[in-house]
Amino acid sequence: MPGADRIGLKHGAGGRAMRALIEDVFLALATPVDGIGLSALDDGAALRVGDRWLVITTDSHVVHPIFFPGGDIGRLSVSGTVNDLAMMGATEPVGLTCAAIIEEGFPREDLERIRDSMLAASREAGAPIVTGDTKVMGRGEIDGIVLNTAGVAFADRVVSDAGLRAGDRIIVTGTVGDHGLAIMTRRHDLRLEGDLRSDVAPLNGLIRAALAAGGDEVVAMKDPTRGGVASVLHEMAGKARVGIVVEEQAVPVSPEVRAAGEVLGIDPLHVANEGKAVIGVRPGAADRVLAALRSHPLGRRAALVGSAISERPGSVILDTGLGRRLLAEIEGEPLPRIC
Amino acid sequence: MPASAVDELKFRDPARARALAEALDREVKAVGRAPIPLMHVCGSHEQAIARFGLRAVLPRELEVVMGPGCPVCITDTPEVDEAVALAAQGARVCTYGDMLRLPGTRRSLADAQAEGGKVEVVYSVAQAVELAERRPAEEVVFFASGFETTAVATAAVVLAGTPRNFSVLSAHKYVPAAMEVVAGMEETNIEGFIAAGHAATITGWGIFEPFARRTGTPVVVAGFEPLDVLAAILKCVELLRAGRAEVANCYPRCVTREGNRAAQEKLWRVFRVADGVWRGIAEVPRGNLELLPEWDHLNARRRFRIDTRLVGGAERNLLAERCLCGAIMSGLKTPKDCELFGRECRPESPVGACMVSSEGACKIWHTYGGLPDLRGVG
Repeated sequence: MPGADRIGLKHGAGGRAMRALIEDVFLALATPVDGIGLSALDDGAALRVGDRWLVITTDSHVVHPIFFPGGDIGRLSVSGTVNDLAMMGATEPVGLTCAAIIEEGFPREDLERIRDSMLAASREAGAPIVTGDTKVMGRGEIDGIVLNTAGVAFADRVVSDAGLRAGDRIIVTGTVGDHGLAIMTRRHDLRLEGDLRSDVAPLNGLIRAALAAGGDEVVAMKDPTRGGVASVLHEMAGKARVGIVVEEQAVPVSPEVRAAGEVLGIDPLHVANEGKAVIGVRPGAADRVLAALRSHPLGRRAALVGSAISERPGSVILDTGLGRRLLAEIEGEPLPRIC
Repeated sequence: MPASAVDELKFRDPARARALAEALDREVKAVGRAPIPLMHVCGSHEQAIARFGLRAVLPRELEVVMGPGCPVCITDTPEVDEAVALAAQGARVCTYGDMLRLPGTRRSLADAQAEGGKVEVVYSVAQAVELAERRPAEEVVFFASGFETTAVATAAVVLAGTPRNFSVLSAHKYVPAAMEVVAGMEETNIEGFIAAGHAATITGWGIFEPFARRTGTPVVVAGFEPLDVLAAILKCVELLRAGRAEVANCYPRCVTREGNRAAQEKLWRVFRVADGVWRGIAEVPRGNLELLPEWDHLNARRRFRIDTRLVGGAERNLLAERCLCGAIMSGLKTPKDCELFGRECRPESPVGACMVSSEGACKIWHTYGGLPDLRGVG
């Protein structure tokens, strides 16, 4: 709500409320830069350095539980930052920073496990952690652990999330909703059958393959974290002033996620992913990029899921196969329907 | 693949949906006039229509609107006030989650809870009984909402025997009255009704026959998958075109003519129909389900002196006065006609009852992106 005088949890959930908060409060920090700065509200910044781009991003990570099926906060913190860089076209990170804020009494064993997981993810991504910072806060002043990572990388061409035009195709690099539903079912202790696992992974290798295949014809990229694919499509449609039509039945969803979503009343399109990208490509390059993605282990289930259109700029239309409706952006955190 | 998954696919098959939509288009053209207004009276039907975007494939000549099909939405302000007053008087009030934020005159049960009142969300009436058993020193009141389907569950629990400290504040509603009240409105010209399949599993489809004959309007009982809804709409237009004011059962896999006799027997051993006011609509004859006198000892309205003056205020709510929920539930307006929809009235800060419940038209429209005309886009 505009003018709310207290910050609510929904202001951090990646949907409309968060965007409104950022626009109302933090946008005042933006100053003109040579490149993509704060005012673009992209995954990161891209500053011109000579004839190349220096891409910078930062991200703080809090997750409950800290260890979850398919990953943990350590893997998440490395992947999140590597992915934000990759979404701007910078797939070769020069270095990452890591700041840890730890609650008094946090088990050392857990901390070491998180460190090992960060190390593994950083090797996987080829993204060395080059500096860091540690703070400890009193019991109850912070909940467990918060990790902040920042990353820098160079890119020859920056891919923004605003580059779509009518006729472009939309690709999703794999099944959607895995991370969010794995966390949610664990957090609410919902004992659902099946193997719900987070997809958390560094995507720079996958994106490198897509860019190698598509070149300049890859025109928009974004990783659908909080707010899910729906939120990303809204941003892409809004920034590029195009409409987007999504074919619901073309969106890859694992049977476990589909079942859990149906039971909980949560649309997988609204749920966070940590190892997926939404990519907009010119129509002529769609098949090439798709083939490149599918030949990478993290992109086997990549699929063409929709197109940009000139009508309804800013809107995301969901073709359900049975009819059509607008795909709403979620307001705050999706909560499981209980009954 | 489990059988249930196969069933689900069968009732969500795009090819069948297209065939039904084409047949519907032919049938509507054959009727040869516009608009043809049809009404369904169930939030779950609206869910299916909105979620699967079915309105985008309906012929333009056809208007399918939602009527008073959300039992939470039609729970009236004084009923909420009674529950809030009971909480203020110290009782532990248990109810379904959707009821929590339903506005009373001054406060909702959620407000009462925030102020320290003992208000609990339960997922079944049985859970409320368990609470009463665990807390013998407290008065536990179950604020019961829902149509016949849910009322049967309340009845079954009552008949099975309940602890002495347990009572029921009934806000149960009776489905057949929903169609009667709309058909009786002078402003409406609904030409066919889609009846709720789950309520009909209890009552049987035969219960709608007198209504269809008397009003000259066809009634079609429908299930809740998208193809169920499309098939029922098609059937309704077919009956309309043929001038047959009959009841058709398009949900035969669950509904029979007689319904569930055992459930009905339980229902009528505990409840009787009574006149009542439905929020925003009208005094509805035979619209409520109240406990029979023999259950007075379990009836919170008999058992306690509920003083709603404690929680009712004379102050006017100017925002609520601009709310169109009543007209929306009567099928006279849609959420799109409401100036508050999506602005002052949103799921996290609802003004009207229809934005509170997941069965309410406004909440459903808000969740599924509103109602732009998407026919022919892209």
